[in-house]
Amino acid sequence: NPYAGLVSRLRAAWLSGKTRPVEYRVGQLEALGRFLVEKKQDILEAAALDMGKPSFEAYFTEILLCKNELNGTLNNLSHWMKDEHVDKNLVTQLDSAFIRKDPYGVVLIIAPWNYPIHLFLVPLIGAIAAGNCVVVKPSETTKNTERLIAEMLSCYLDNDCFAVVTAGVQETTRLLENKFDYIFFTGTPSVGRIVMTAAAKHLTPVTLELGGKNPCYVSDVCDVQNVARRVAWGRFFNAGQTCIAPDYVLCSVEMQEKLMPALREAITEFFGSNPRESPDFGRIVGDKQFRRIRALLCSGRVAIGGQTDEKERYIAPTVLADVLPSDPAMQEEIFGPILPIVVVANMDEAIDFINARPRPLAVYAFSCDSKVVNQVLERTSSGGFCGNDTLMHVTLTSLPFGGTGNSGLGKYHGKFTFDTFTHHRGCLHRNMGLEALNSLRYPPYTQQKLGLLTATFEIKRKGMCTLL
Amino acid sequence: MERMQQVVSSARAAFNSGRCRSLEFRMQQLKALERMVQEKEKEILAAIEADLHKCGHNAYSHEILGVLGELALAMDKLPSWAAPQPVKKNLLTMRDEAYVCPEPLGVVLIIGAWNYPFVLVMQPLIGTIAAGGDPPQPLSFLEERSRRAEQPCCACLAGNAVVVKPSEISENTAQLVADLLPQYLDRELYPVVTGGVPETTALLTQRFDHILYTGNSTVGKIVMAAAAKHLTPVTLELGGKSPCYIDKDCDLAVACRRITWGKYMNCGQTCIAPDYILCDPSIQSQVVENIKATLQEFYGEDVKSSPDYERIINKRHFKRIVGLLEGQKIAHGGQTDEASCFIAPTVLTDVSPESKVMEEEIFGPVLPIVTVKSVDEAIEFISRREKPLALYVFSNNKKLIKRVISETSSGGVTGNDVIMHFFLSTLPFGGVGNSGMGAYHGKHSFETFSHSRACLIKDLKMEVVNKLRYPPGCQKKVDCAKFFLLKRFNKGRVGLAILALLGIVVAVVIKVSFG
Repeated sequence: NPYAGLVSRLRAAWLSGKTRPVEYRVGQLEALGRFLVEKKQDILEAAALDMGKPSFEAYFTEILLCKNELNGTLNNLSHWMKDEHVDKNLVTQLDSAFIRKDPYGVVLIIAPWNYPIHLFLVPLIGAIAAGNCVVVKPSETTKNTERLIAEMLSCYLDNDCFAVVTAGVQETTRLLENKFDYIFFTGTPSVGRIVMTAAAKHLTPVTLELGGKNPCYVSDVCDVQNVARRVAWGRFFNAGQTCIAPDYVLCSVEMQEKLMPALREAITEFFGSNPRESPDFGRIVGDKQFRRIRALLCSGRVAIGGQTDEKERYIAPTVLADVLPSDPAMQEEIFGPILPIVVVANMDEAIDFINARPRPLAVYAFSCDSKVVNQVLERTSSGGFCGNDTLMHVTLTSLPFGGTGNSGLGKYHGKFTFDTFTHHRGCLHRNMGLEALNSLRYPPYTQQKLGLLTATFEIKRKGMCTLL
Repeated sequence: MERMQQVVSSARAAFNSGRCRSLEFRMQQLKALERMVQEKEKEILAAIEADLHKCGHNAYSHEILGVLGELALAMDKLPSWAAPQPVKKNLLTMRDEAYVCPEPLGVVLIIGAWNYPFVLVMQPLIGTIAAGGDPPQPLSFLEERSRRAEQPCCACLAGNAVVVKPSEISENTAQLVADLLPQYLDRELYPVVTGGVPETTALLTQRFDHILYTGNSTVGKIVMAAAAKHLTPVTLELGGKSPCYIDKDCDLAVACRRITWGKYMNCGQTCIAPDYILCDPSIQSQVVENIKATLQEFYGEDVKSSPDYERIINKRHFKRIVGLLEGQKIAHGGQTDEASCFIAPTVLTDVSPESKVMEEEIFGPVLPIVTVKSVDEAIEFISRREKPLALYVFSNNKKLIKRVISETSSGGVTGNDVIMHFFLSTLPFGGVGNSGMGAYHGKHSFETFSHSRACLIKDLKMEVVNKLRYPPGCQKKVDCAKFFLLKRFNKGRVGLAILALLGIVVAVVIKVSFG
């Protein structure tokens, strides 16, 4: 077991209690803040080298959103750490009842390549805030960022308690043989299953942030140009390599007709007449992924874009019209800059279409009629939902971010990250005195005792109990 | 296998039909459960007595009382638990609606245990039925949005469907549950599956949307591995050796009485029973004397003939527990009778940490005392072992109790008593590490069995503000984005109004510069 030494070293550090005091946690979090500031240029450069990420996008997701999380956590940490006192019943009135926020111990964070800094840093912030020791396994696909994290993080964080492991598939499998006290994984459902199976061997709780095909319903009643802009923005951000990107559009044949020129206009507004030359449009991360996405182009008909360049791993912002449910583009999560439009007769058909498929990470609905938006919300299930826009619900840290069913389990962002890496321990601190009251519960049991016990224990429906 | 497939798919079809959309339906089911418990009380108590030799009073207070309480709580709180929760917004989402909507998960599997066979199936069932569904109307917090024709209703599909699998070891209660539930509840939504290991294994190959398992760690791992194939979230209520530290500075008579109650109730077959005692050698004999005296108070001279003392569930466990007594110093008790699965309340002294009785969860009426010289040694002893489901510490010194809690980990804690944290439903009940994952009781059940769906509803207008984020990018846009995202507003209403005004001004400015 090549990582046994590392894990036991971290466990020893954990048992020493080093990571628990609030001052220590704040110190480490502030160091992460300095990392984001001092290494900003390196981060942006690595992002550009790894996948041609436009600097605006890289700054927004890898720096800005992370700083947001960091500041929110630092501002609220001592409040989150406090014992949470709970309402008591009659029997425990004189006791102290609270939920203690205990760290789990040694936790593992496995991050993917599409937002390589953000998707390890935001969980890390919560894990440190909760008082854990952490092993970080960044993605091996984005090599420059992986190197940056491995080399730089140790200069900022306490190496006794935090480690970065660079590993490919084989090594990660070995890493997962070790016992961790929590595992946080972001990636595909198939690898999610492997991670959870490995976790089961040690009864390790997990959070799995997975993916799926996020449907985007566009009703006939809407401001077409605004819809086109918002959908195009969500789809082509990071060249489509976003777990919550609108994966496909469901709309009527008339709306498809109207959307096409609007989408064309939006794409031109964003990226100019030749997106290949725009500094604001990204590239596919690797050759394997490029080939996979390119193969999806033979679905429906290419209405916009469709150009590709293998050397650059460039796939133009593409919209496919009249796509059928049986087409390749509808068989897997696209994770690329291709937007298929599937025609449905009406909203009910759209909802049935969505419900016949595994639960996605996000559902989007566009309509000027709020009833339509609410119907789609009510009658579908997904990790999250955004009406009349795409992606934005994850920038609000007071909303939990996570999947359901095939798109994942658990949630994070903001306080939810802290809670993810915390064991909520129910504590009751009783009085040594007043033993007489306890006699109700002791044997020998009598009908009288039971009657009294029932009266003190029972929760009565409001409006039915005269005593309380 | 086929039968399981059929049961689960018909439950799923029933769930998908949406027939339990409404709050009313779920309330109706919960009320029906309440009626069942009240009308069939005799039958339930008789089944528990047959399984565990538990007298009516005991069974009522351990199993029925808790269920009635949980039902009353659920019915009272359901409207507020099911309501969408608005969340704090940032400047960018100021004009939008942002809330968390609790939704049902789908088909939930509840696997019960044999030691409290009724409550360990009923309590999760209550939470599962309650979770999800339509919130009450109207949603007053959204009433101010007058320009909306109709208030958004964060309704979800049905409440969950539940497959109940009671433990086959407590066979009388299992059969009763299988008979009663279909008489009171919707048959397709809440089927009961009876059977042993082969049936449970077949059931676990099916896809569920959540599994709650109560039992031991070994089977817990099997359940989680099966769940992993379908990415099914799990709540595992397992066990472990719950330590009980008695400080020198404490009222020993009181402490020992409370410990005796918690240890020997249900003949020691309680997941949160104090498994073993840690104390200073100087008080060991006093502890034994106090326990002896309390046992006399509780069960009289002849424990075997006390109607208030239970029996071991079956011969296999009887033999297992008797095996733990081998080579031990029996300070009290030790009498056994295989024919009736009777084991007397037993106390062992000067127990070695390496002995068999200190290796596995005892789950029987045998109480080992391990001596430690100080609280430091006790803390170290506890921390070296797997995290237990419960931890107990008795002391007059509040600081010492606080220290023990802070320097150890466990599912839950009761200070100066045992078991009692289980009865306060505002406390989450669950394990950590080897003792389990997830929690339930009260509102925690509701949260366990629902999905917290993040919802952001924006306007299709006000497109101007969005221009900040659209390409082509530039430094000015980045600076504006920073302002909108990093500023939080936790000012009062006046602050909100000013920010709203500011937002409009900024929007106009943006339109002019970028428009």
